[in-house]
Amino acid sequence: MKIDVRELSQIEQDALAEIANMGVSRAATSLRQMVGEQVLLSVPAVNIVTRQAASRLVEKGNTTKLVAVQQSFEGPFSGRALLIFPEAQSLELVRSIVGDEHSLEDVIDLEHEALAETGNVILNSCLATIANVLRRTMRMSLPSVVRGDGEMLFDVRGGPADGNLVLFLYIDFTIKNRDIHGFISLLMDLPSITALKKIVREFIDGIERQSPGNVD
Amino acid sequence: MYKVLVVDDSKLARMVMASAFRRIRPEWELVEATSADDALAAISAVDIALVDFNMPGTDGLELVARIRKSHPKMPLAVVSANLQDEIIARARELNAAFVAKPLTDEALGAFLSGAALRLRKTAP
Repeated sequence: MKIDVRELSQIEQDALAEIANMGVSRAATSLRQMVGEQVLLSVPAVNIVTRQAASRLVEKGNTTKLVAVQQSFEGPFSGRALLIFPEAQSLELVRSIVGDEHSLEDVIDLEHEALAETGNVILNSCLATIANVLRRTMRMSLPSVVRGDGEMLFDVRGGPADGNLVLFLYIDFTIKNRDIHGFISLLMDLPSITALKKIVREFIDGIERQSPGNVD
Repeated sequence: MYKVLVVDDSKLARMVMASAFRRIRPEWELVEATSADDALAAISAVDIALVDFNMPGTDGLELVARIRKSHPKMPLAVVSANLQDEIIARARELNAAFVAKPLTDEALGAFLSGAALRLRKTAP
């Protein structure tokens, strides 16, 4: 299924960005609670791109050795949510969550497990927020930890040749006072343009119903 | 003083829970289970249970439904970052509380205070 971003009106594109923003903002709040430091966020970007272009976006300015916690989801959209950061910062992230009182050995022992649970909390809060906003239900998988470059994370090599375009939402974050930055990203297989427009339209109608003057 | 079962497949999540209990209810006893089967084997020996939603095999809501059949009055909570309206509604239908992850002392404390109150009321 091919989709052209030009088939979405400006208001529909804005609505998609806003829905994504609510999800990742909630995710950032969860991350902040877990690390106990302020989490600085960029403005979310929403693009319809190839998987290859998406992989280049997360490698930009980064080492290509990345680690990600990913969770797939099915619902009005299906796709994957990923928490991505440079592999070299993985232990620092785990340490910031389990606390500085743990020894390096403990942190190494816990690394995989802590990454999976951190991803689980952050990605679930993002996806659940989006599901609530859209008034739909999403089923989410258990988290898994993957390591590799952007192409590996986004399944560029093994992905379908057809329908290679994905709806790609990402936001980058930096944890204040810690040398940690990364991305929260959503990679969605595109439903038909009709389905996408319907979901977005319902969201926009919901906002219009809530606007002042329309209060029951 | 009550005995509390914590069911979560994640070690980190169980550590977070244990650390919160040390601050809020240091005198209460914690029992940990990592799966639904472990939880069902331990359930009759505890007063309260906190169950993670997203676990391999039986998920937290299915587990709570099974516990509910044999323990209709036990204070139960589903713990999850999956705060979808539908999940919270299903927890309520099972007469279980919903406690959001990341876990905060306030949210856990509120559930435990309510649970202690219910247990005192139903005590023989």
